[in-house]
Amino acid sequence: MVAAGTQAIALVSLVGESAVALGGWCAHPARVRWRPILFNLRTAGVDALPIVGLLSFLLGIVVAYQGADQLRQYGANIFVADLVGLSMLREFAPLMTAIIMAGRCGSAYAAQIGTMAVTQEIDAMRTIGIAPIEMLVLPKIIALCIAMPLLTVFADVMGVAGGMWMAQVQLGVNPTQFLERFTKAVSVTSYVVGIGKAPVFAAIIALVGCFQGFRTQGGADSVGQHTTRAVVQSIFLVIVVDALFSVAFSVLDL
Amino acid sequence: MTDGTPIIVMHQVQTRFGEHVVHKGIDLQVRPGEIFAVIGGSGSGKSTLLREMILLHTPNEGTVEVLGTPLAGIAAEDAMALRQRFGVLFQQGGLFGSLTVLENIGLPLREHRPLSDAEVDDIAREKLALVGLLPEAANLYPSELSGGMVKRAALARALVLEPELLFLDEPTAGLDPQSAAGIDALVLDLRQQSGLTIVMITHDLDLLWQVVDRVAVLGDGIVQGLGSMAELAKMDVPAIRPFFSGPRAHAAQAQAASL
Repeated sequence: MVAAGTQAIALVSLVGESAVALGGWCAHPARVRWRPILFNLRTAGVDALPIVGLLSFLLGIVVAYQGADQLRQYGANIFVADLVGLSMLREFAPLMTAIIMAGRCGSAYAAQIGTMAVTQEIDAMRTIGIAPIEMLVLPKIIALCIAMPLLTVFADVMGVAGGMWMAQVQLGVNPTQFLERFTKAVSVTSYVVGIGKAPVFAAIIALVGCFQGFRTQGGADSVGQHTTRAVVQSIFLVIVVDALFSVAFSVLDL
Repeated sequence: MTDGTPIIVMHQVQTRFGEHVVHKGIDLQVRPGEIFAVIGGSGSGKSTLLREMILLHTPNEGTVEVLGTPLAGIAAEDAMALRQRFGVLFQQGGLFGSLTVLENIGLPLREHRPLSDAEVDDIAREKLALVGLLPEAANLYPSELSGGMVKRAALARALVLEPELLFLDEPTAGLDPQSAAGIDALVLDLRQQSGLTIVMITHDLDLLWQVVDRVAVLGDGIVQGLGSMAELAKMDVPAIRPFFSGPRAHAAQAQAASL
């Protein structure tokens, strides 16, 4: 319990340091490190497209397939568009993307920084006069905060495509009917609510990954341990925050 | 910096990690142009002492002054300026795995000097030659280097900003005798060429006897003895004895005497 408390405080202090460093960048834009930002944008964004697309497509299929039986009983076949559209756009696409990114990027961040800590590269960086926060943490947060909303849009499209295909196969709802119903059922608000969560999830994943990396001490064992913790903690926090979002949105009537 | 002003002054430095007391009160001074070594058993706090000199750790009590700058509560800009005046060779080299040897050596220049890429590469190549690496090593990645080459490349990076002060953390640990002898010669060369002040942590008796001017022996959280190896050899302090008794110590001592 005490350990969890000190960890939480350390995490908050990393958030604070990152915010200060980000403020410094805003005040002196010449100091912004574009190269690592762009590099991270490619590894976290472009390279993740296939896996995010495939899994969202499959998730769309599963949602439509599971719903199909129930809807058919009531003769409410067309409502498959409501089911797939709302669930994918509001919940599944952002959450699925976040979970994939936690597994893909959060772990990579923790392992990279952890290995650098073990091989004294972080110490070397500090003595050379490069702030590890600016070189290692901020570029990852910024890149992921840009990449995740875009990936979520892609996941929306792929998920709905999966559901649309299953609607045709299982319920005989053709794409034209599906899309017509889809535009009526799904408001712009639902779409924005889903996308809006993505940068928050991105910040959580990047911060927790980096945080666990910096806590690595000793050897290879510790790198493995903290990489695991990075994934578990970031998925945990993402789901907790997602639940809070749901409560907040329902209170706000969104 | 005028002659005689100490390069590093540590006064009553105390360090604790939780309940564990590492330093009870360390006092030492490093003079300009000397090669100074810190020795002591495992866990005696040598590495922590070095980290306190290079702004990686802050002692709980006491003051540290490096190149005339007090380190306690140092402002970010002053710390940045100070860091450019010393170089550090880490025990494991600390070379960046994602950069080639040449990029590693050139990195401090790229960060702190307004030079073109070609100029940076030229200076980096010069330092590469200075530490005795072949030009072919320039485009290798750290993972492709042998232990001795890693230390040499890291040393080149530590020297690239022409520092006044050089810190070496176990420069010969984990090297074969021939590579270790090469590093000994390199350290001596460096001092002769540029009048660099060098502070090192080492267990290497050859290095201690043949290269180092003065040695501080850490034990039980304080400096047990301070002086040249010959002076220390005459002292009767239990913590110092292991470095002067036993066949390895005698051999190193005899070899130094014959030089």
